[in-house]
Amino acid sequence: MLINKGIAFKLVLFFSSCTILIFSVIFLYSYIVSRKTIEKGISENSKNLVMTSINKIEAILAATQKIPENISYFLENSSNTEGEIYQVLYSVVEKNPEIYGAAIAYEPYMFTREKKAFAPYFYKERWGINFKYLEKYYDYFLSDWYQIPKEIGRPEWTEPYFGIGGNVLMCSYSVPFYKKMGDKRIHAGVVVVDISIEKLVEIVSSLKILNTGYGFLISKNGTFVTHPIKEYIMNETIFSIAEATEDRDLREVGRKMIKGGIGFEPFKIKNPVTGALCLMTYVPIVSNGWSLAIVFPQEELMEDITRLNKVIIFLGCLGIALLSVAIVYISRSITRPLRDMAHATERIGSGEFDIELPPIKSNDEVGRLTEAFEIMRKSLKTYITQLKETTAIKERVESELKVAHDIQMSFLPKEFPSYEERDAFDIYATLRPAKEVGGDLYDFFLIDRNRLCIVVGDVSGKGIPAALFMAMTKTLIKSKATLGFSPDKILDKVNNELSSGNSANMFVTLFCGILDLEGGRLEYSIGGHNPPYLIKSDGRIETLSGQVGLVVGIMEDACYGLERVELSPGDTLFLYTDGVNEAMNDKGEMFTLKRLEEELKGLTGKGVKEILSGLEEAVDGFCGEAEQSDDITMMVVRYYGRGESKAKKEEDGEWMTN
Amino acid sequence: MKNGFSCPSCYIFSLIFCLSLFFLAPPVSWAGDVKRASFIPQWSPQAQFAGYYVAYDKGFYKKHGIELNLIEGGPERASAMMLERKEVDFTTIWLSQAIKLRSRGVRLINVGQVIHRSALMLVAKKARGILSPKDINGKKVGLWREEFQLQPLAFFKKYGLKVQVVPQSYSINLFLRDGVDVASAMWYNEYHMILNAGLNPEELTTFFFYDHGLNFPEDGIYTMEKTWREDRELVRSFVKASLEGWLYAINHQEETLKIIMKYMHKANVPANIVHQRWMLARMKDLLIPDEKDGSFPFILNRNDFSRVCGILKESNLVKNLPDYNDFYINVMKHVDK
Repeated sequence: MLINKGIAFKLVLFFSSCTILIFSVIFLYSYIVSRKTIEKGISENSKNLVMTSINKIEAILAATQKIPENISYFLENSSNTEGEIYQVLYSVVEKNPEIYGAAIAYEPYMFTREKKAFAPYFYKERWGINFKYLEKYYDYFLSDWYQIPKEIGRPEWTEPYFGIGGNVLMCSYSVPFYKKMGDKRIHAGVVVVDISIEKLVEIVSSLKILNTGYGFLISKNGTFVTHPIKEYIMNETIFSIAEATEDRDLREVGRKMIKGGIGFEPFKIKNPVTGALCLMTYVPIVSNGWSLAIVFPQEELMEDITRLNKVIIFLGCLGIALLSVAIVYISRSITRPLRDMAHATERIGSGEFDIELPPIKSNDEVGRLTEAFEIMRKSLKTYITQLKETTAIKERVESELKVAHDIQMSFLPKEFPSYEERDAFDIYATLRPAKEVGGDLYDFFLIDRNRLCIVVGDVSGKGIPAALFMAMTKTLIKSKATLGFSPDKILDKVNNELSSGNSANMFVTLFCGILDLEGGRLEYSIGGHNPPYLIKSDGRIETLSGQVGLVVGIMEDACYGLERVELSPGDTLFLYTDGVNEAMNDKGEMFTLKRLEEELKGLTGKGVKEILSGLEEAVDGFCGEAEQSDDITMMVVRYYGRGESKAKKEEDGEWMTN
Repeated sequence: MKNGFSCPSCYIFSLIFCLSLFFLAPPVSWAGDVKRASFIPQWSPQAQFAGYYVAYDKGFYKKHGIELNLIEGGPERASAMMLERKEVDFTTIWLSQAIKLRSRGVRLINVGQVIHRSALMLVAKKARGILSPKDINGKKVGLWREEFQLQPLAFFKKYGLKVQVVPQSYSINLFLRDGVDVASAMWYNEYHMILNAGLNPEELTTFFFYDHGLNFPEDGIYTMEKTWREDRELVRSFVKASLEGWLYAINHQEETLKIIMKYMHKANVPANIVHQRWMLARMKDLLIPDEKDGSFPFILNRNDFSRVCGILKESNLVKNLPDYNDFYINVMKHVDK
């Protein structure tokens, strides 16, 4: 994917990614540090804030606690009459505005032996101070305010409750007192005072933190004494809320709170009001075991930092955008000449060598590249020009060669005896030149009515010289043959003529034979040529034996021997040049005489044309795609002998033009 | 000053002052095809009575031809006494209390045992060293009054424990402040309050009487013999509709909670949905539905009945034990002889 993108794209991608990474790391670090700093600040401030409130609350509670404690001390250490008790209770309620009511409740029969229960109670009413005996209203022995201090043997604040009327939140502080009975100090009763805790609620409610932050107070049981959600007050505990919201963290915090822990819970607790994460600080109220907590809304606390971060992110994005633009600009200025170069190269590639390359403006890599390109362009131009000239020459030569080939091929006999004429013999030959103009030759012609001359040769070298030499040889042989010479003499003469003035040292291998159509005798002479095969009518294949003379044209006065062989009707001669047996395939292997003989064996009995086409196929099949390295010439002559159709032949007259 | 409760969660002490005088129900009366009847659960509205409130709210009683007057219960109204005085036709009572009443000559009969498993339990803090029954020996144990003491005392006897009994109010604070080492609790009520006062279950040791061979079936539906004699169809319809209500309540807990909360608000009882959800879930445990089809026939098990009678007798709380067949009538299958 990336491979196909431009340099500008890659640069932007790389630099932007790096910059974003660096920016993110710095941003994250700054965020964490500033958050910690804020948390630390809040932790300090919130503790101070809570402590101030706690101190106010403690002051109220402590002042209240002293009163029943003093009464208890008074009851324990003096014998007191009923009247004195009423006086004390009355004055306590009268003189202490924060105290709503006060009672002294005795254990059964502890006040007098007559009374099982005795609990005088003075309390404030709208019109003044009222009095009643609690024992007349309910079994106070089972009340928390009585039973708990009695059982645990120390003063205790009760859980908050709604006072009579149902609206005012109240709380009682009860102190057990004892009497000495002999050596024993036995529980005699409980002194209790009731206070309205509306003041405490006010103190906590006045804790306003930012917009949505708040303070709340929970009792020792975790019951909400104050909370912005009114339904929570006295009806839910911090644990029931934790259960409802399935907030285990909140439950844990609640447990710490009721156990008197001091805590700072950073952003773990969900605000029950908003559901958002918040930061919570809590401090216990030592006197009654309650706990005061302040909830700081995270969003608001982090507002400044969030705003700052937004600006930083905005600036960061802007910076990265600008950086990208800059990178695009720079990379374009670098890549523009490159792109121009690429364009110019494309045009050069399509042959426009004269176009101007982009001007060299700088000495940098691009400049040097342009220079190098300019040199290359000029060299290419020169080279192409030269190449064009050479090609033109070559083309001319080739066309001349083509003409030469045509001429050469026209030398070769092209007309073979027709079917009807094939009574005494049949002949067929092919020449496949390796190059346009080859050096092989073949020829056949009737010297007179009864003698057929057959020639196959191979001139050394290729091309025009070989063709000329071949033409010369062919003409010479024909002229000598028509003069009636025997094959050996023909070769002697042709050799002498060719040898004299053969400055090019060219030569030709030749087979020359004269077949007596009447009797079937073949006289032949070989000058350095492959001896032909004789395929007997019965299928035997044999090589024409005899002396093989020197190649023709190289040495004057060389002698060539005359050989004879008697052909029977149906015998076939196969003549060829070394292009056949030396034909190579692409592995460099040769066709070889062995293969040739095998192929011939397979073709005995076939017509002359079939034999040649069969052999051609075999050679082509063997060579495959390999280029033909030498001319391939093959000739097949089949002798029938002069039979009944001799007369017909005579009537038809000459059938060979050559 | 205090009217006897100081724990805000103990709303069972929060009373209903209004209405009480207006609902002294007339005895069974006729209004065309629809029969009039009245019912009072033994306590103020809560999930403990989910089945009846659901049946009432969803019109199951109407469907069975009863125009029901559902009277809010509460500590102010002793449901058993109202039944005895024929101020209501039906009420729910604990089995042990009902047997006591019957032996005293109150001609009430059980027409459907609803709660089969005792929810009464003892609970202690592990931190106070109580891990097994023997650890209770010599400790202060908070006990409620009367029939709430039968199982604990039998329990102490069974394990040979000597304990210091402290009368316990309906507040859990005495226990929370360590005024007692062991407290009485109802599984569906006080136990959850203790959890919601910040104690974790793993910090508590629980003693379910059910697990200690002291199972007492609790809430059952009761009516007077006379009512049954006069109108069997009415009793049958009431029990059927209540059963349907319970089935519905157990299978539609969230909907049931909404209904319960509605009646709690109406009764002006502090309503805490978390607590009611817990209570309703426990009710399912206590009804002991059939494992196969989830049904829970309101049948009083003879063995349970005998166990309760035995312990009542041992405790010298009853003199003349009622006969099972007189006391309990399977209204669905009953055939007159």
